[in-house]
Amino acid sequence: MEFFKIRRDIPFMRYALIFNIISLVTFLAAVFFLWQRGLNFSIEFTGGTVMEVSYTQPAEVDRIRQTLEKAGFADPQVQNFGTSRDVLIRLPAKSGQSSADLSREVIEKLKADNAAAELRRVEFVGPQVGRELAENGALALLVTALGIVAYLALRFEWKFGVAAILANLHDVVIILGFFAFFQWEFTTSCRLAVLAVLGYSVNESVVIADRIRENFRKMRKQPITEIIDNAITRTMSRTIITHGSTQAVVLSMLIFGGPALHYFAVALTIGICFGIYSSVLVMAPLVMWLGVRREDLVRPVKDRKQEAVV
Amino acid sequence: MNRYPLWVYVTVAVAVVLGLVYTLPNFFGESPAVQISSSRATLKVDTATLGRVEDTLKQAGLPYTGIHLDQVGVKVRLADTDTQLKAKDILDQALNPDPQNRSYTVALNLLSASPNWLTAIRALPMYLGLDLRGGVHFLLQVDMKGALTKRLDALTGDIRTALRDKSIRHSGVTREGMTIVVRFRDPEMREKARRAIADALPDLAVVDAGDAVEPRLNATIRPEAEKRIQESALKQNIGTLNKRVNELGVAEPVIQQQGADRIVVQLPGVQDTARAKEILGRTATLEIRMVDEESSRNPQVLFDAQKGQVPFGDEFYVERQGSPILVKKQVVLTGDRLTDAQAGFDSQTQEPAVHLTLDATGARIFRDITRENVGNRMAILLFEKGKGEVITAPVIRSEIGGGRVQISGGRMSTTEANDIALLLRSGSLAAPMEIVEERTVGPSLGRENIEKGFNSTLWGFIAIMVFMIVYYSVFGLFSSIALAVNLLFLIALLSLLQATLTLPGIAAIALTLGMAIDANVLINERVREELRGGATPQAAIHAGYERAFGTIVDSNVTTLIAGLALLIFGSGPVRGFAVVHCLGILTSLFSAVVVSRSMVNLFYGTRRRLDRIAIGNTSWK
Repeated sequence: MEFFKIRRDIPFMRYALIFNIISLVTFLAAVFFLWQRGLNFSIEFTGGTVMEVSYTQPAEVDRIRQTLEKAGFADPQVQNFGTSRDVLIRLPAKSGQSSADLSREVIEKLKADNAAAELRRVEFVGPQVGRELAENGALALLVTALGIVAYLALRFEWKFGVAAILANLHDVVIILGFFAFFQWEFTTSCRLAVLAVLGYSVNESVVIADRIRENFRKMRKQPITEIIDNAITRTMSRTIITHGSTQAVVLSMLIFGGPALHYFAVALTIGICFGIYSSVLVMAPLVMWLGVRREDLVRPVKDRKQEAVV
Repeated sequence: MNRYPLWVYVTVAVAVVLGLVYTLPNFFGESPAVQISSSRATLKVDTATLGRVEDTLKQAGLPYTGIHLDQVGVKVRLADTDTQLKAKDILDQALNPDPQNRSYTVALNLLSASPNWLTAIRALPMYLGLDLRGGVHFLLQVDMKGALTKRLDALTGDIRTALRDKSIRHSGVTREGMTIVVRFRDPEMREKARRAIADALPDLAVVDAGDAVEPRLNATIRPEAEKRIQESALKQNIGTLNKRVNELGVAEPVIQQQGADRIVVQLPGVQDTARAKEILGRTATLEIRMVDEESSRNPQVLFDAQKGQVPFGDEFYVERQGSPILVKKQVVLTGDRLTDAQAGFDSQTQEPAVHLTLDATGARIFRDITRENVGNRMAILLFEKGKGEVITAPVIRSEIGGGRVQISGGRMSTTEANDIALLLRSGSLAAPMEIVEERTVGPSLGRENIEKGFNSTLWGFIAIMVFMIVYYSVFGLFSSIALAVNLLFLIALLSLLQATLTLPGIAAIALTLGMAIDANVLINERVREELRGGATPQAAIHAGYERAFGTIVDSNVTTLIAGLALLIFGSGPVRGFAVVHCLGILTSLFSAVVVSRSMVNLFYGTRRRLDRIAIGNTSWK
């Protein structure tokens, strides 16, 4: 079986400018929505209480909300979670009230209203912890980005490092842009997904960078655009199959993983789709614009032995 | 060219066998058990306890499937959860005849049902996180400023004692913020006092302040002492929490320091979360202080105090019966001096009471203070969450020696007496704490999470396998087997390290599988390409593996960087994800390259003449 019987190299680089414009527009759109709407951070980041309550019969969301409002809880958010019998209740953080009392009071009130209410999960996060979580997340992102640039600069050349990280941070921003646009809840597992995507799509860039280096060595006469075109075309079937496999797993998570893994899988899906696009069609042109040359990668004779193994 | 030396095959075989052995315990599941451990440092659980447990169960006619003794205590394995609950109640009653004073903690637990030979080689199932087995997780923030204030209050008293011992006259020792101010009438006394304080209390840094008319000394805690106080406060709080958790009877509690000023408490399998929170969250400390009799008798002063104009050095409280009272800020005794607290009844009035036993120092202080204050009132205050309450303020009728004190009155109920005794007994907290994060997961939700995670991984794996075999035929099969071996290694490693598996961890396993196949795709694509380029099958296999290797390492290192960043900056579930992710990358390097290659080498490498290999269609040029 063979999907990709591509005999001639596809001239990707001829359209490099167009690809870069497309990604610039999506990127700017993502930044705009992030700025305009912001991320819908989950309780884990903002502080507050989340409770999952399960009923034996389909839950009446409005009635639960009214019960809570009558009981004096400010601004409760109630929604179905997973099934019609489960509800998720969110209560914003209130100073001077301990979580212990809050969740107990809530479940007492709900039980008084409907004895079938069963508490399945409580999550309370103080605002201090939430802030730290957000800060640590940003720090992890920064360290990852710097680490990757450093490694690629060492292994290839700084131009690849910079191009790869630009391309992949642009994926990250676009994922965040999606979350901002649809106001999906941004949870800690989404943060995990974002970082996993960052590592994952750099993967893709490395494979292409590797081919470009190899081509520089093999194709001594051809211009840079042809070298890049060839590298992309030759790795295309691998790109599609690998991402397809990963997406198969993510899809399986989306179907079987239930609500707890839902947004994790969603973030990964977006990341995988844009990961392909960005590594192939953003990173490569960026390397070209940065002016990569044969001398950058094909080192003088003394390194040949080491290079030959690669 | 495609032959491995024998040792490589042996290594792979050994690794796979080890992987199987250490993965095995995860398939046996868990059986209900009861765990008996000591709740006192002086009491050891030994073979005698084991015998007692056996006898008790035999007498009650409860069958058990296994019993053994380990470092933690006696563990009894039972057939089902019904017998487990019964056994727990019976053992609890038999081992702790006095429910007020438990010597043993009897807790419900789950034990791995894997055979003994597996347990003997430390092959244990993965440790399931709270989101998978249900339970409570708390993150407590220790109020370090509170710890220092408390210490300063104690030091204020110590300064007074030090000055009195040396007969140095002063006109007041007070704490003002984080400074202790000592006032004098003349600079000479100040000079003496400074030396006395420096000798007696090396933790304090003392500087002169004020002027010649009103000389003062400002004492502050030295930075190094401050650090020490904070560290010991945290340690004491952890110790106190340990005692309290023991009272709750939890099988495998986790109580750990996190960062400089936080404590993580995890109570797996706890159902009654409200009670857990109540016991843990309560930060009760006892203080004994004198009542300011002069001011408390003056209705005008009391009236003003009610409005906020409290006389200097006093604090305003309302007694339980509702009468206002002014209590001196100076603390005579704190709960630290307690050795025991028991609920009981007043021998005369039959009212519920709490009987306290003080240690030697406490008893001496108490005797002195009662001797000097006969006829005056003494207030017993209970501080909870930073708020004080005067439980009772009895009149001292005579000197009380022997360190035995009884708190009663104030319409205390029996339950209240029990609770107060429990809180006082389980030790006071060196610093107030606050729950800053809480996660409670019901057991049914935990089970569902396992199922969901398992299904996601399973179906993802099947999808990849089917595709790989259809697309790359025999090489696809090898890749799939390598992927399965990767999963095996990963789970074996996680079991061996006793890492905590969480739902994000399961997601990481699934994701790692999806990403690990990349290495095999790279290899297979390379081999195909070499074949299309006209290489012989053997040469194509060789070149395919060699060329792909560099790429595989590079791409995995970058993924590893992201994983490590998560490991360093993450906490809790994030860590669980990161650990699995990083381990998965490492195992995939071995399985995708070495394991799959040894299969290929065994299958194709040994053949003299190899015309074609089954890696899908490569005929087009």
